Amino acid sequence: MNDRFNARKLIVLAGIWVLLLLVPYWMPPLGGYTALGTRVLVLGLAAMSVNFLLGFTGVLSFGHAAYFGLGAYGAGLSLKFLAPSSSLALLLGMLLGGLAGALLGTLIVRRRGVYFAMVTIAFGQVFYYIAFQWSSLTGGDDGLRGFSRQPLDFGLFSIDILSNTDNFYYFVLFCFAIMAAVMGFILRSPFGRTMLAIRENERRARFLGIPVERHIWIAFTLSCFFMGFAGALYALLNNFADPKGLHFTQSGDFVMMAVMGGMRSFWGPLLGAAVFVVLQDYLSSVTVNWMSFVGILFVAVVLFFPRGLLGVIRQKSEA
Amino acid sequence: MLQLLLFNVTNGLIIGAFYVLMALGLSLILNLSNVINFAHGGFLVIGGYIAYTITPYVGFWGALLIAPPLTAIIGLAVERTLIRPLYGRDPLYSLLLTFGLAFIIEDGTRFIWGAQGKPVTVPAILAQPLSNEFFFITGYRLFMVATVAVTVTLLFVLLRYTRLGIRIRAGTLDLETVSALGVNVGLLRSLNFAAGIYLAGLSGVLAAGQLGLEPTMGAGLLMPSFIAIIVGGIGSLTGTLLGGLLIGVASGVTAVFLPAASEAVMYVLMAVVLLIRPRGLLGEEGMMT
Repeated sequence: MNDRFNARKLIVLAGIWVLLLLVPYWMPPLGGYTALGTRVLVLGLAAMSVNFLLGFTGVLSFGHAAYFGLGAYGAGLSLKFLAPSSSLALLLGMLLGGLAGALLGTLIVRRRGVYFAMVTIAFGQVFYYIAFQWSSLTGGDDGLRGFSRQPLDFGLFSIDILSNTDNFYYFVLFCFAIMAAVMGFILRSPFGRTMLAIRENERRARFLGIPVERHIWIAFTLSCFFMGFAGALYALLNNFADPKGLHFTQSGDFVMMAVMGGMRSFWGPLLGAAVFVVLQDYLSSVTVNWMSFVGILFVAVVLFFPRGLLGVIRQKSEA
Repeated sequence: MLQLLLFNVTNGLIIGAFYVLMALGLSLILNLSNVINFAHGGFLVIGGYIAYTITPYVGFWGALLIAPPLTAIIGLAVERTLIRPLYGRDPLYSLLLTFGLAFIIEDGTRFIWGAQGKPVTVPAILAQPLSNEFFFITGYRLFMVATVAVTVTLLFVLLRYTRLGIRIRAGTLDLETVSALGVNVGLLRSLNFAAGIYLAGLSGVLAAGQLGLEPTMGAGLLMPSFIAIIVGGIGSLTGTLLGGLLIGVASGVTAVFLPAASEAVMYVLMAVVLLIRPRGLLGEEGMMT
């Protein structure tokens, strides 16, 4: 029984990766374009980072766009002012998002439930205002422009990820794979198990002597690092950093992706991101009232599919 | 300089009073039902647009009386149909639902009334300044503060002395016991929700007279209310009152010295308060978990 279960898991996993690896081949014939696949990967990584907290630690962060946006601005500023290097930009973006999260996390982690959500939203908006007001550095409302991702230079040879969208897709997929592996590794570690214990019964975890606040802080910080990395990738994807990427509505989108795909599963948020991005792309091209449709989607998912797509599938297969 | 400072402190108090009205409504709903109402700004916009629509027929005073209860009825319908099924569930779901609702309301108002800003004319008697020296205190602003003061007083009297108010306060502390004592909790939550939305509608009418109307105005006014609640202490309505006035004055005073930071100062204030008093100024023990 257990072997069969594991075998099925492996097949699904292999299927996911084959599908991801072949995106540049099957996406355009279906009417999409490779850059859309790249967007799904980047936003999927962001949604998975949110879910790292939401689904696996059970704390409701609703301000994660802040760290996503910080990653984007960090990468953009690094490319624009420091050095023309894509990898340095990714590193600095991740650091900026993660360190800001580590700092604010100390103020946030003692709260729970809706109050945790409120404080994370409010603190998240700080960075939105900074990006909005400090226009000499960030470009204000217009966003940060004037930089572009640079070819990857390996000394002997270099890979052009700027003009070749397929190359860039594989670069993002490579980064995504590393981050997903790290995330999976953390979740399987004793620390990850402790996160689950906190999610399931915080009081009990506390009685067992687990320093709950410290664990939540570490989980929060880690997820902010992931988020910063995703944001940096997003800046490379668009060659542009937008203050809207810091706004709490963006946080809502990330949480929605996680919930829509399935909060309790590792890959759910990626699926949610895929559905969300494709739907938004489609809706905004056919109607000006796409906001209403996205709103209706939120309401419908909450009322009818609270366990998300993967939750529904899993329930069906167990029944 | 003194006049400038006075101007901005008064300004801050007026804005603060406005935040208080928004934040009290949010706070009522949050305390009893554990729902962060992201659509609160949306209901404010609805209130404002209803006032705009009926002003030609009933005048400003009529709109002031009629628009808030109409908004509250819409809120009640939303609560009954959409939010009620979510009460037993993770607060995440009501948060996402009201979040989506805010989108729908913003887009809906744009669809019905257009993206262009709409002015709401206030009676001439309110529009003129009190004196030349205090040119910045228009009658309307005084009227706004007075309305807020009266409403807040009424709300506190209602909560302290009426049976409904006592039940709401008791429910905030321990809803299960209140339910076990035979109170219809569903009805209590609905009335409480409607009261919160009434305040949002009233804020909308008042804001319409001062700022004019735009479909997007709700989202911008929502965040200061959040901060007012956090600064004042979650679970305490008096705290919300204090928090709203405080951030209003703080941003007013900052506007004198460093205009660009007038919004940011609210967040700084919030961070400082959370550092020194993690529960907020008047937050009660046990409300934070």
